[in-house]
This record gives sequence, C-alpha cells and structure tokens, in this order.
Amino acid sequence: MKSPTSQTQPPPQATPAKPPAPPPKPEPVRAKEMAAQITRRFPDVKVDHMRERRLKVTTTPPGVKDLALFVRDELGFDHISAVSGVDWIAVNQLEIVYFVGSVSKPGYEDFVVAIAERVARDDPVVPTLIGVWPGAEYHERETHEMFGINFKGHPSNAHLILPEDWNDMPPLRKDYVSPGR
Amino acid sequence: MTATEAEFTPDSERIMAVSLGPQHPGAGHFRIRLWLDGDYLVRSEPDPGYVHRGEEKMGEYRNYIQNVPHLERPVILDSSNILLPYALAVDELMGNVVPPRAQYLRVIMSEINRIISHMYFLAIFGYFAGHTTMITWGMGDRDFWIDLAERIGGARVTFAYTIPGGVRNDMPAGLVEKGLNTCDWFDKRMDEYEKIFYRNPLVQQRTKGVGVLAKEDAIRLGATGTVLRASGVKHDLRRDEPYCCYDDLDFDVSSLGSGDCWDRAFVAHLEMRESVKIIRQALKQIPPGPVRLKLGPQPRVPPGEVYARTEAARGEMSYHIVSDGSPRPYRLKIGTPSFKNLAVLPHLLRNVHVADIPLIYWGLNYWPVESDR
Repeated sequence: MKSPTSQTQPPPQATPAKPPAPPPKPEPVRAKEMAAQITRRFPDVKVDHMRERRLKVTTTPPGVKDLALFVRDELGFDHISAVSGVDWIAVNQLEIVYFVGSVSKPGYEDFVVAIAERVARDDPVVPTLIGVWPGAEYHERETHEMFGINFKGHPSNAHLILPEDWNDMPPLRKDYVSPGR
Repeated sequence: MTATEAEFTPDSERIMAVSLGPQHPGAGHFRIRLWLDGDYLVRSEPDPGYVHRGEEKMGEYRNYIQNVPHLERPVILDSSNILLPYALAVDELMGNVVPPRAQYLRVIMSEINRIISHMYFLAIFGYFAGHTTMITWGMGDRDFWIDLAERIGGARVTFAYTIPGGVRNDMPAGLVEKGLNTCDWFDKRMDEYEKIFYRNPLVQQRTKGVGVLAKEDAIRLGATGTVLRASGVKHDLRRDEPYCCYDDLDFDVSSLGSGDCWDRAFVAHLEMRESVKIIRQALKQIPPGPVRLKLGPQPRVPPGEVYARTEAARGEMSYHIVSDGSPRPYRLKIGTPSFKNLAVLPHLLRNVHVADIPLIYWGLNYWPVESDR
C-alpha cells in the first residue's frame, strides 16, 4: 500500500514546462456534406461513397470538364493522384476514373475524389482534363494506349510505355489475352 | 521564353537532337530526348517504357495472394512500401482487422525500406554532384539497414513481407536491441553526412539554385514525395491520412522551401532522421500478439472498388482495385510516385546547361522500373 506515512501533504512539485500545444487539426470535412454540395450543383451526377473520405462521382463525358473545374476551384482538389481505366466488357463500356486529392487546403488532405465517366467501347472519345490538372498529361497518355481511349485535345497520342511499333489492341482491355495464356 | 526557344524548329540547323539513354550508365533504363543548342538544353521529352513488364495485366491473371511477390518487383529498393497500399486495399475489400503487432511490423519494415531507398538515392546523387565519398559511404552504410531487413524478412531486397492480413512472419528474438543499436549508430553517421556533404561549400555551389521547381508548379504538375516537400508543400500521407500505427508515433514532416536540387536531397536526409525516430519508437512500443490473419491460399474477396494510398519513399503510392467477387482482381491499377513525377521532368529539363541534366534528373528520385511497372 502506498499510503502517506504523515498527515502533511507533500510539497507541490514543479510541473515540467510543457511544449506548446500543436495547433488543433482542422475538422475533416464530412463526405456527406461534400456529396450534397456536388449534387446541388450537378443534379445529374451519381455520387457513391467508396468509404469514409473517398467519394466517387460518376458523370458523362460532355459534363466532365465542368465538374472537374468545380471540384478543383470550389472544393479545392488541386492535386492529381492517378488516372485509371476499367474495361466493363459485359456491358460494352469503358470507364475512366480520375483520382484527385488536395495538398494545400487544410482538412482536405486525406480526401480523394474519384471522377468517373463511362463511354461505349466501340467509340471511346472523352475530353482531356489537362487544362484542369496539367499533371494528368502522362496519366491520360498511358490510359490512351492501355485502353484505347481517345482524349480529345490531348497534345500527344504517341505510345508512352508500349513499344513504338505495337500494333495489337490496347493490352489492358479484357479481350486482349497475354501471349502464353 | 528565351531567344533559343523561340527560334527552335525541329529542322533548324542550330538545334541538335540527342538521345540520352536508354543505355546511359546514369539514366537507368530510360531515355530522354534532348534538343540542344550547343551545351544549352532547349527542351526535352521523356521516353519511358523500356522496362515495362505489364504488372497490371499480370495482376489480373493471379489471385490476391499470388500477386504479392511479383508486385514488389518494380521497386526492389522500396519493396515493402509498394506492397503496403496493396495490402491495405485488399484488407479494406475483405474487411480484415489486422493485428496491432503486424501494424507495427509493417511500419518498421516500411521505414527501414525508406532509409534503404533514400540512401541509394543520396549516394548516387552525391556521385552526380562530383562527391565520391558520398557514394562509397552511402552504399556502405545502406548495407547495415539491408542486414536489419534481412533479419526480419529473410531476404536482402525483395522480402514479400507485407501481405494482406498482416505480415509474413514475426521478427526474430534480439532484433529490438540490434535495431536500436543501428538507429543510434546511424544518427551519428547522419551528422557526419551533414558535415561532409550537405554543408560542403562545393556541393552547395553545385546544387543550390539548380532545377528550381516552384510551389505552384509542383502542385499543378502533380509532383509527389520529396519533390513536392522540397518545394514547400508540407504534405505527407503518414501524417495527413494515417494508416497502420502512424498516428501513435511522434514524427515531423520535413519540408523545405526553395525547391532546388539541394533541397530535394536534404529533404530526403531529414526524412531519414524522422524514419530513425519512427523505427526507434516502434521497436520500443511494439505490442505482443499474432502477426497475421490466416487467409488461406485463395481468399474470397467480396465485390467492390477501393483506392488505397500510402507514402512510399519516393512519394504517393496508390492502388485502384476493382473486385468482381472472383478470386482474382478485375482491375489492378498501380499508381507509382515516379510515374506521377514524370510530368515534372520536361518542365525542369529546359533552359538549363547539359552539365546540370544528371543532377536534375536524379534529384527527382525517378526510378524507371517503378514508373514503367
């Protein structure tokens, strides 16, 4: 037992100087609020929650540029993270997904918005988003050669990663079978 | 726009087109097309793809566990960090709750890998800056961390250690002591590096003010990792989007402001100091318990879509995985930091002298194999 042996209180000890408290972290924005903000402005888009702080916004190719500008300027997503494509061969569609994050707006650093659009597999033409996020240039070029998606307005359609003389179909499409498979 | 840039036409007699790489000893398996006016670089164009292996297509042919060993091949210097977001993505799809000890082991291995990768980067950066002590010391000291990683993972470069559901095996007895000793020794070594390399007036003269990337351009072009932080953006996913046990650990995000080659190297140096701090804390705090969940050779992954990202040595490493409920991923997209930094390269490699090309190129910490996947 650690009971004090005398009735007198021990002298108060000097508390060590505390380091200054770090500035409080800004409250992370709620995904639901942001979803509401987007649907208020663009009633036609479909908003899915991939999980907390991952929002997927599906739109159509004609409306993607307006949505991208809104996401960049009004919501503060200034940093392109990746551009991905998915071949939905069963429904004859190709999906293009832009993942964008924010590096300069406090409270948004852990948030990713995925802007998705779907086009027909036979004639996949979408507008380029280089004007919105210039860093998307090489990401779009890769998506172009891997999925055969034409980015309208993109300065270069030359092969980036594939060999210059590649004349087969885009390799990440589902009906391309790797040699030996 | 300079006069030389204005008068440039592809068939101009003044301008000479030169191919740097893909066999250049310093360029890795990567080619840069240069348009030169004398020893002055007018513009450039990167040409990646010489080491493309089709990792994403391969990933669609293999199940979630079979994917582990081949996915770390693009970045053998940083192999735990390229697997970590994959493991996090699959864990998220399956709803795995990873045991706390495994979280700590994932962090320890990732930070050891970060030091291994940064040491390699800085050693060769020193060589390009004309400082041969840096490459001999750097490559030598890197081996002590490789030894530590070998004790944990059983291999020297590609350990396949971080797997969905945890880590492959527990660390051996006596590793905490050895790890702490390595940390203490490395702290002293880093003081010496600072004196002999970063504060060296010749190195400073050679690298300061070379290849300056402004903060706005770094954000606009989607730069990531040391490149972004050297330009004054304090963005680090370990702090901003904590995964594993990073929110239990105390560390700083290093960032500098001028965005030149010296800053990009020194940010990596400062990050190694923070990594040592993290490893030391993690080794002391690591809780007991199991280190992985038993998922079996072919785990069932429910349908869904996930985007996971982590801070690897070179920057943001991300995976976009689409699952249709079959044993194999329907789509596996790897977003590697080197590929994200590719847009910065032609931006910096123009209107500079030829002698600065190796410093600027290597200062971006660009790894062709990682970029091509």
